[in-house]
Amino acid sequence: MATHQTETVAGTDIIPEPAVSARRISKTYGGEVEALRNLSLEFPKGQLTSLLGPSGCGKTTLLKIIAGLLEPTSGEVEVNGRPVSGPGPDRSFVFQDFALLPWANVLRNVAFGLELRGVAASEREAIAERHIQSVGLSGFERSFPHELSGGMRQRVGLARALAVDSEVLLMDEPFSAVDEQTRRKFQEDLLGLVAEENKTFIFVTHSIEEAVYVSDQIAILLPRPSRVHEVLRPKGLRTKDVSDIRRDPEYLDMVDRIWASLRSYVE
Amino acid sequence: MYLYGVRLPGMSSLIIWGLLWEVVGQSGLSFFVPPLSAVLTTLFEIADSPAFLKALSETARAFITGVLAAVVIGIPVGILMGKNRLLDELLLPWVNIFLSAPLTALVPVLMVLFGFGMKSIIITTTLFAIWIIILNARAGVLQINRSLVEMGRSFGATPWAAFVKIYFWAALPEILGGVRIGVIRAVKGVIIGQLLISIVGFGALFELYSANFLMEHFWAVLIVLFGLAFSISEALAALERRYSYFAAKR
Repeated sequence: MATHQTETVAGTDIIPEPAVSARRISKTYGGEVEALRNLSLEFPKGQLTSLLGPSGCGKTTLLKIIAGLLEPTSGEVEVNGRPVSGPGPDRSFVFQDFALLPWANVLRNVAFGLELRGVAASEREAIAERHIQSVGLSGFERSFPHELSGGMRQRVGLARALAVDSEVLLMDEPFSAVDEQTRRKFQEDLLGLVAEENKTFIFVTHSIEEAVYVSDQIAILLPRPSRVHEVLRPKGLRTKDVSDIRRDPEYLDMVDRIWASLRSYVE
Repeated sequence: MYLYGVRLPGMSSLIIWGLLWEVVGQSGLSFFVPPLSAVLTTLFEIADSPAFLKALSETARAFITGVLAAVVIGIPVGILMGKNRLLDELLLPWVNIFLSAPLTALVPVLMVLFGFGMKSIIITTTLFAIWIIILNARAGVLQINRSLVEMGRSFGATPWAAFVKIYFWAALPEILGGVRIGVIRAVKGVIIGQLLISIVGFGALFELYSANFLMEHFWAVLIVLFGLAFSISEALAALERRYSYFAAKR
């Protein structure tokens, strides 16, 4: 991250090699509804790429194809050069509605990805404890999801995805079901996470501000059928302090510019 | 319950109805309604008689075996129907037909097929209970949150792990509801089976008492059966409440 910052300050934006590549992806539902057409996009390693677009533009569809949860009608996805044929340990998913087990406590939920991989109980619980702490939920190990707020539940979902230590984190509108203040805190924490962990983040959002705030790269998708309209890379924002980003001229300009290109697609 | 500001003890209504029964019984209005006190005395008299204990153990055995079979077969079949479209298309019409069918009419056929003994009674019990258990397990699986299913897949759950670690638990509140209704139906099944076959268990006892106009005995056995059925149903309802805390939050 540190080297990347100096590069951007120098104005030479060197894009890392892609960790995930989507090549000419098309997805047709039931032979009629065309969700994606011939979409190609690369996701640089160690960076956060947002998929941004109006609702119904197929951004979640693309994310689920990358996750291996959906099969593309044509085209292929590669993760670190290996073609994707289904879900795999190199990717983990953070769900919009958290997808926690309501009958299991926080500790078991966070360790659940490891449990499914057959990791021994003592080992997976030690790993889970560490990640529970890193997302700031220490002391809630024995709590159940229904005893937690929406924001805390999503921290559990995030800890579960981090616990399996995959190279790619796929996040499907992870902050859309939490309140505004919690969301801001999440966005700040996410910037820290991207800087600390050497992981590739793919982040679906419908919030322009959120995308510009957290992203190294923003892919704007336009609907019916979806294609990549534009790929933007904020240049100077990652060197700024998290609390200064929202009044940076580049941030404000980029939000305006994206809104200008999206507004005609919003009903 | 409060009456004119006075708090009535629990089960007050039961006491009132019991008193009414006693009064009607004492008045000698009908030969078929002996006083409640006489019925209760008879109940304690016959409670440790060999005939009663034999009937109770036979009925319990048929009931437990029949219910176990219904649960062990019904829950997996229901879950599989909820997960597999083909199986669902194949079985759902039959499950619905049998759920609403007057199964009592089938008992004579079962007697012909399986003989006049325990086997027919057990199968009758299972047939009464299983359909609603299947249907509820299926409904429970169908309402599982889609993202929970995707979560299992994305973290690499094998079909078996998804089945025992996710689907079963996610459908548990509905499954328990089905088991509770199924068990209530099984009580009917085991008694109807015994009455029609009428040479074992309480069926034989009923036959004996009613043929000899032993009304106190008849009512005593009936009270035992009602009490047992009600207790089982309440115990299962308590179990269901314990696990339904997450039903609304899935």
